[in-house]
Amino acid sequence: MTDYNFAYLDEQTKRMIRRTILKGLAIPGYQVPFASREMPMPYGWGTGGVQVSAAVLTPDDTLKVIDQGADDTTNAVSIRRFFQKTAGVAVTEATAQASVIQTRHRIPEQDLREDQIIVYQVPIPEPLRFLEPSEVETRKMHSLEEYGLMHVKLYEDISQHGDIATAYAYPVKVEGRYVMDPSPIPKFDNPKLEMAGIQLFGAGREQRIYAIPPYTQVVSLDFDDYPFQPTKADHACGLCGAHDSYLDELIVDDEGGRVFMCSDTDYCATRRRAGHVGTHGTPFEEDAA
Amino acid sequence: MYVAVKGGERAIDNAHAWLAEERRGDPSVAELSVAQIREQLSLAVNRVMAEGSLYDPNLAALAIKQSRGDLIEAIFLIRAYRTTLPRFGGSNPVDTETMACDRRVSATFKDAPGGQVLGPTFDYTHRLLDFKLAADGEAGEVQTAPPHDARTPHIMSYLDREGLIQPEASDDAPPPDLTRSPLELPAARALRLQALTRADEGFILGMAYSTQRGYARNHAFVAELRIGAVAVEVDIPELGFAIEIGEITVTECETVNQFQGSKTQPPQFTRGYGLVFGMTERKAISMALVDRALRWKELGEDNLGAPAQDEEFVLYHSDNIQATGFLEHIKLPHYVDFQSELELIRKLRRDAQANMQEAAE
Amino acid sequence: MTPLLQVENIAKFYGARIGCADVSFDLYPGEVMGIVGESGSGKSTLLNCLAGHLVPDRGAVRFDTRTGGLRNTVTMSEPERRMLGRTDWAFVHQHARDGLRMNVSAGGNVGERLMAVNARHYAEIRTQAIDWLGRVEIMADRIDDRPTAFSGGMQQRLQIARNLVTGPRLVFMDEPTGGLDVSVQARLLDLLRGLVREMRLSAIIVTHDLAVVRLLADRLMVMKDGHVVETGLTDQVLDDPQHAYTQLLVSSVLQV
Repeated sequence: MTDYNFAYLDEQTKRMIRRTILKGLAIPGYQVPFASREMPMPYGWGTGGVQVSAAVLTPDDTLKVIDQGADDTTNAVSIRRFFQKTAGVAVTEATAQASVIQTRHRIPEQDLREDQIIVYQVPIPEPLRFLEPSEVETRKMHSLEEYGLMHVKLYEDISQHGDIATAYAYPVKVEGRYVMDPSPIPKFDNPKLEMAGIQLFGAGREQRIYAIPPYTQVVSLDFDDYPFQPTKADHACGLCGAHDSYLDELIVDDEGGRVFMCSDTDYCATRRRAGHVGTHGTPFEEDAA
Repeated sequence: MYVAVKGGERAIDNAHAWLAEERRGDPSVAELSVAQIREQLSLAVNRVMAEGSLYDPNLAALAIKQSRGDLIEAIFLIRAYRTTLPRFGGSNPVDTETMACDRRVSATFKDAPGGQVLGPTFDYTHRLLDFKLAADGEAGEVQTAPPHDARTPHIMSYLDREGLIQPEASDDAPPPDLTRSPLELPAARALRLQALTRADEGFILGMAYSTQRGYARNHAFVAELRIGAVAVEVDIPELGFAIEIGEITVTECETVNQFQGSKTQPPQFTRGYGLVFGMTERKAISMALVDRALRWKELGEDNLGAPAQDEEFVLYHSDNIQATGFLEHIKLPHYVDFQSELELIRKLRRDAQANMQEAAE
Repeated sequence: MTPLLQVENIAKFYGARIGCADVSFDLYPGEVMGIVGESGSGKSTLLNCLAGHLVPDRGAVRFDTRTGGLRNTVTMSEPERRMLGRTDWAFVHQHARDGLRMNVSAGGNVGERLMAVNARHYAEIRTQAIDWLGRVEIMADRIDDRPTAFSGGMQQRLQIARNLVTGPRLVFMDEPTGGLDVSVQARLLDLLRGLVREMRLSAIIVTHDLAVVRLLADRLMVMKDGHVVETGLTDQVLDDPQHAYTQLLVSSVLQV
């Protein structure tokens, strides 16, 4: 078996992806087409994110990979192993120690810094896709800033349900120009899209990369009288007691008893290490493997 | 007291170990060799090469062994491998006119120079399970004849001489490479054909079938189906001429369809074209029918709204690696998003109940 | 005074057949031009060429844009034409289904053009939508219904509301009363007449129905076999037709 190039992709491919990333950063929120490569994991399982990470990783980086906010979910494990094998980079579960974070469906609770890059895995990059199935048509709509249809959808939600009925992948307007799908993060995470870190979005199967440079304006779409609200479950974390983090709901017994826990496992562990305890938790010790 | 669940790494390792065991199957049964697959399951090998876009029967056979016979999984292995291969350049277009035909049939003429050569086809077999094969699969003696040396000209060239076939637009520019640049629409014919040749056979078969049943009906005649070996030649700048680097087997299908509704031209036949690695007939014929259906615009025909005419629909959903990846990804955890849906629906229901109570009062 | 629309030698061919040819006229702000003729006269082809739905083979269509003066819309880029279509121009289709989003509520249909030009207050959009529904005589309690639940006449009135809500300067109408019951037609025409006057709209209306042009149009063009055979003030042309074909048309109208 031949040796792999650093991070699997050949240098030409990485160059192509980096050029695409630069275009994306130059036009925040605009979806740049790129020639996605077949990767050793299936399309739909993070190939876009993996290609972006592979293009930006250097041997000195420290990589964190999370899925649903957790480091230990199977797909995060699989991707982290892939990079350990093909790039040999240091890996970590601690958000504060990572220089590159690849994520599926969450933004870490802890604020990111200017020296950090976060790479999002994106299934469907086109925010208008379910309103207008044709790619040819949606590209026109973006180039002409024809976003009326997006607001019509929000209007319809309010008229039917009394409120905007989008809970995740909540569309945003970037730097006042492009409407963008932030990937299927819960709307609770939308305010974090204005951050100090560099944000890169990779959609492998759909062959698009887009980006948000640091300190870019990102506004969630709403109406003046139905303002955007980043809601979460009205509970605290059962393990660490946090009130301000996004929570997973777990069913723990046959009667349907529930426990709520931080989705961001590193955030939770950090709090528990600092001595915080929730109603269901015991003081911190290394959890059973 | 709840303890956070961990153990993803260990679960994956155990899953892979069990997978290896299942792949081997009953250890008292002889292990399948790559050579056996290559020789005796060659049509599966062909499909994997065609849709994997890589001509290497040994690798394809290995992929089939590794994937336990799941051909789409095998195609995935080949595609991923292909990504890592360095590119030295492009070959010249293969000249199917010089093909040494193992099989060559035409539905449009009873006979033509080169003859109707059935080749090793299933076509006229009776589909009766042959239980003898379970015990003894030896082929027995086959009669041979001296190979016929004369060239086998394309049937289309005879029709062309009469001016009956609409001439193809000729373009010497190198065609775009679907694996190197993103698919953008509208797609030129060269790009569409590329996408079709590596597309899922079942999907293209279904699309082709739909055109025969009235969804963009254009009655296709198989002018020619030929299968055989062709030389692959590469131009070497240092030498100043092209050299043959090997031989591949391809299946080529040309269909003839009637042209309708032209503004200024008298009627001419138009073509559909299919070309696939290996002996892969069903795919080549399907490809020709779908190619023709997608040409409606350049031929001045009406868009009947048929799925096979919709370039975006066909090209975006024909790649089975993309399709299976996205389909199967729904097995991955989605509980974070589901949680936010739960919260939203609970809130909306609370609001609705409050409104109903107010109204009742 | 600058014409709002200046049409010069528009022609469209289908092979050897003439769709329309040698059509020229000027349209001024506040004017309504009727184009009449029977099926096959070329009137719909002409309308589609003017509105940018078809590319004419010859000629120019100059529109007095807000910022750029008279611009030839035939040679405009598609983005610019689409922008015109969302702001200064409106198109009322013969079949309401072609001009509405059938899977969006009436309120959403009317509100869309407002939202496309950055209206961002739900209650205000809804108020404006209710107001416009009222102006086209649709009850406010239908605002959340989909057009599929409306009668043909109501769908047509909804289409009109959707088009006029942002105050376009030029409205193209293709057989606006086609396929509707007679009493419904009368009501619709009355409504259109009122709106055109009130909003000082310019309009180009294609129809085979002389009663429509009598009621709505200031000027008239009669088309036959792709050519304009007669043109003039509506009343003059209808009361005193000069061309044999116009005379035929006028005399063919059934008196009830």
